[in-house]
Amino acid sequence: MSGSREAILDTIRKNHVQGDRPRPTVPLFDQAAPADLKALFQKSLERMGGKMLTPDAADPMAPVRQAIVKPGPVLSCVPEFQGDMQITPQTKPTDIAPVEYAVLRAAFGVAETGSLCFTEKQLLVNTTGFLPQHLVVLLDPTQIVYNLHNAYQRPEWTQAHYAVFQSGPSATADIEGVLVHGAQGVRSLSVLFHPAS
Amino acid sequence: MTAELHEELTDPHADQLDHGAASSRPLKSRISEPQPRGAKIHGNRPVDQSEAANRFMAATEHEAMHDARLWDLRQKRDKEMHGIEEWEELRNLASGIKEHTLSKLDYYLELFEKNATANGIKVHWAKDGAEHNAIVLEILRSKGVERLIKSKSMLTEECGFREFMAENNVEVIETDLGERIQQLDDEAPSHVVVPAVHKLRTDVASVFAKTIGSDPDNADAHYLTECQREATRPLILSAQAGMTGGNFVVAETGTFVVCTNEGNADLSANTPPLHIASIGIEKLIPGLDDLAVFVRLLSRSALGSPITQYTSHFRGPRKGSEMHVVLVDNGRSARLGMEKFWPGLKCIRCGACMNTCPVFRRSGGLSYGATYAGPIGLIIDPTFNVHKYRNLPYSSTMNGSCTNVCPVKINIHEQIADWRKTLAGEGEISPVKKVMMKAAGEVLASPVVYRASLPLGRSALRHLPHFMLYNKLNTWGRKRDIPETPKQTFNEWYRKNRKQQDEGKKS
Repeated sequence: MSGSREAILDTIRKNHVQGDRPRPTVPLFDQAAPADLKALFQKSLERMGGKMLTPDAADPMAPVRQAIVKPGPVLSCVPEFQGDMQITPQTKPTDIAPVEYAVLRAAFGVAETGSLCFTEKQLLVNTTGFLPQHLVVLLDPTQIVYNLHNAYQRPEWTQAHYAVFQSGPSATADIEGVLVHGAQGVRSLSVLFHPAS
Repeated sequence: MTAELHEELTDPHADQLDHGAASSRPLKSRISEPQPRGAKIHGNRPVDQSEAANRFMAATEHEAMHDARLWDLRQKRDKEMHGIEEWEELRNLASGIKEHTLSKLDYYLELFEKNATANGIKVHWAKDGAEHNAIVLEILRSKGVERLIKSKSMLTEECGFREFMAENNVEVIETDLGERIQQLDDEAPSHVVVPAVHKLRTDVASVFAKTIGSDPDNADAHYLTECQREATRPLILSAQAGMTGGNFVVAETGTFVVCTNEGNADLSANTPPLHIASIGIEKLIPGLDDLAVFVRLLSRSALGSPITQYTSHFRGPRKGSEMHVVLVDNGRSARLGMEKFWPGLKCIRCGACMNTCPVFRRSGGLSYGATYAGPIGLIIDPTFNVHKYRNLPYSSTMNGSCTNVCPVKINIHEQIADWRKTLAGEGEISPVKKVMMKAAGEVLASPVVYRASLPLGRSALRHLPHFMLYNKLNTWGRKRDIPETPKQTFNEWYRKNRKQQDEGKKS
């Protein structure tokens, strides 16, 4: 409430922690980065419960087709793959609910944690990352950064209104520590290294 | 529900999944027993944590599972820590960044407000829980909202948000599995990260059977999780508003960050046309470089996983929707002025101090009878109500393990000791403790009386009948055996064996 803003700020000013507490400089901690980030990314992704698809040079989209094993609508948000549904300017967030598989491209990946970054630019409608049952994700191997410090140097953070690191599928271990995939979001997440055209 | 909805239901190795938030080895409760409930609350009377803890310990299966699950999380945390060479440097940075931000909190709050507003976020300020609830209700009423989907937030627990909304006919649906279990059971969360960790699978089966119609005889975690997913999804799709908390707030970019494993914050925020985030004013950090430090530390400290499955960054509303942030004080700005206790504001709510605490692991989070349980609760709760929570700082062995695992280096065990002093100074001390302290004070004040008392005490410990040592007044005699007493005091031994020798050396 309007009066509260000033009251809160006034109390803070009155009670400020004493002493000089300079802002630390955060290093990038990337001296030990390996030359090949793909292998580290794959290891980290698998630790988070994600799956890596094997590329097929002769038919680049074959691994995506093969990953789609359950019946149901497929939504593609990438030009490389043809789905059953189209996103239009009229598409509402809840329209994504019946989707079985969504095919997306990640803005970039993080080798340290196996994370994929999506923003509204890749998701088209933000719920395409969460309401489908399964995700198949294309990742350009040149767009992998070593760790989270490098990740936060990227331009996406000041361009997008929404950005998410998705690291493996949705998961919960809230009942006796038993891990279950697909608590609320996607049940599975597969990644294919595929250069952006 | 068919098995094909969930492949784990038919996968014989499913119980072996050991990544993310999972336990590193299967822990399965063997028997079903009634769930012990939390502390009995009598208005403003001091909470009796040990009474509730005794009931939790009497439920042996609950106690054993709780202890094993949380100790496993602590060990997983250690493993992650050893995998990162710069771990201690990250902790120092995290502590330094938080202290810096708290020393200029007015500046960073205004900077966040300016940047968030420029990106289209509406920023509100609430001095306490009641004001927070009123602000949110007003926003919801202006949009005709009847159903709100929500991700987990300790701040809204502080504000009594769900109860308030129920009184005002707004249906609130928690979307985190653990928090939903607790909501359906009409019980508070017992842990900041794993809200239903004190429940056995059979407890969850009975709650779900009563509330969402699952099979009461099926206590399989996969089945129960799936039932909840199926029951919650239509509510997510039909809600008119979504609510999240915020783990970190980046002032320089006007961004707030939410960490979940289930993706439920992303669903709550992105599905309905209105997103409200309730955030404590201490969650501010300066910039994105700083954010990296905290994201690296949070889930590793909390669950021993490298990162939460979802780390979501909100910087502005999506097209055609509204985004509101309510910055809540609720005692934080006053705490900033408490010379000994302000460092508690550095807390990032990872729960590592709870997982490592022997008292917490054996007594369950609900025994504390307060929003925040465990070591961090002991030092935060009395700032909300010094009388009601005056017993909590005694629920500690003072082993200092909480301080050692804290990712932002809060001196938790020192603050626990400081609270004991402060409470005694303010007369907030129970009558039994007062008598004991007075007697101890007289003995300890005089070296002569102290030395004379030792052989007496030793002899007494050896010869007193059992009932005199293990009774209600001697809380240390409960659940513990007094160690065997030595035949002589150190002073006696020294005088006999070394004194002459040492004096000889000096001359």
